[in-house]
Amino acid sequence: MGASADLATIRALIQRARNELLRVPGAAIPGVMAPSIFFLGLTSVFGNLTLLPGFTSESYQSFLVPVTLMQGAAFTGAATGVNLARDIEQGWFDRLLASPAPRPVILAGLVASAGLRALIPATFLLILAFAIGTHWPGFDGLAVALVIVMGMGIVAATWGTSLALKFKTQSAAPLMQAGMFVLVLFTTAYAPMDLLQDWLQAIATINPVTQVVEAARQGFVGEVTWAETWPGLLALLGLGVLFTALALRGMRRMTY
Amino acid sequence: MVAALGARSVKQTARRPQLAAPLFIFPTLLLAIQTGGAGRAVDLPQFPPVQSFLAFMLAGAMVQAVLLAGNSGAIALALDIEMGFTDRLFAAPISRFAVVLGRLAGTAMLGVIVAVWFIAIGLIFGANIEEGVLGAIWIVFMTSATAVAFGSLVAAIALRTGSASIVQGLFPILFVVLFLSSAFFPVNLMLEPSSSLAEYNPLSFIVEAMRQPIISGFDGPDELKGLLSVIGIAAVGLTLSGVAVRGRARRG
Repeated sequence: MGASADLATIRALIQRARNELLRVPGAAIPGVMAPSIFFLGLTSVFGNLTLLPGFTSESYQSFLVPVTLMQGAAFTGAATGVNLARDIEQGWFDRLLASPAPRPVILAGLVASAGLRALIPATFLLILAFAIGTHWPGFDGLAVALVIVMGMGIVAATWGTSLALKFKTQSAAPLMQAGMFVLVLFTTAYAPMDLLQDWLQAIATINPVTQVVEAARQGFVGEVTWAETWPGLLALLGLGVLFTALALRGMRRMTY
Repeated sequence: MVAALGARSVKQTARRPQLAAPLFIFPTLLLAIQTGGAGRAVDLPQFPPVQSFLAFMLAGAMVQAVLLAGNSGAIALALDIEMGFTDRLFAAPISRFAVVLGRLAGTAMLGVIVAVWFIAIGLIFGANIEEGVLGAIWIVFMTSATAVAFGSLVAAIALRTGSASIVQGLFPILFVVLFLSSAFFPVNLMLEPSSSLAEYNPLSFIVEAMRQPIISGFDGPDELKGLLSVIGIAAVGLTLSGVAVRGRARRG
């Protein structure tokens, strides 16, 4: 099979994911609703944390919005894993594996759609955030945030896919969501690094998603710089490579 | 019969990770994240005097977990209806309401487990219960009673609709109710309009009734308001469940 056939396979799998979304639009609701509720709820509950000396933003919603964007992307990406688990349970994925398409191409088709789908909750959340007074991050800040959202959607999808291939059941869904939940929230999600408790500061320092959150946040709380952007992109790349390797190993194990 | 159905309900939750995970994993993770992330809030001048933010947060985590326990129990009840198991029980020579009570007995037991779990976490990580053993017993009782009260409300919806997906869809609403209460932060430090809404949310009364024995000791009026809120919610929930059971039996 040549590159054009590989691209056609990826396109077909993206189209299938898009069809699922069009035919069952309700499936997108949890990915939109949960982060929106968290965003509004946490803003109203913890909004006065900005009064703490050393807090780096005067607006808690501006500080929080990148975290909820990551949550939306993570939920949407993890849904790819749940859908794959359903396909495995129903035998559809076995038929896909029996096709002459290379395993990495199948995986690319599965996760690429997650990158695009992650823009759905992001769009909704941004409209909501701007409506309640979140700072405008500038076109550069917005572009960086959206690229990172797509990257996070792909990372979450590779994570969900690797778990779906391991457990082969939709019952693993809480694990797919909880894994992403931990990665996104054990960061500087609620407060700047200096204001975190020591133990969380230690975890956030080594958690690569902290760099991702900070890169997405920069436009909302200040200026966009390359120095704050590249660590986030590198962290996404590293996580993507790691989870892709796990997912491909899972596919090999399913075949042989 | 109620005990047997209750035991079945607890076993069912323990065996299905999708039912058990929301009870323990999510509230515990959220407790850790909020304590670590927003813990410095105790330095705010308007924050009530507490030994630690963890001590302040424990009651909120327990209430969050039991709301989810009630929801999980109702999802399992709706699944039983979808699969026809409840119809077989309704056809048996037992009180139909016993079927609901059995499910709620399981939810009450889960409430006890949740309370013990979070009290243990609090003690391990340095949050003392100022009221001592009596305070701990009161917290376990209130947690279990709250689980039954909210469980009966959601069970009524499960019985009325017979659809697990509808009951599952209530999950975000539970979080809205939680955020609009004093579960995670003192009401005087919350932003408007949440602050005003939280002041009159019965869930705030329940949380405060469980929080006081942890952070300072029993407070008569707070404990009474919490208890009355639980009784009120349970009365509404059980009445609605009774109506829903009769309606389901009538429809066949």
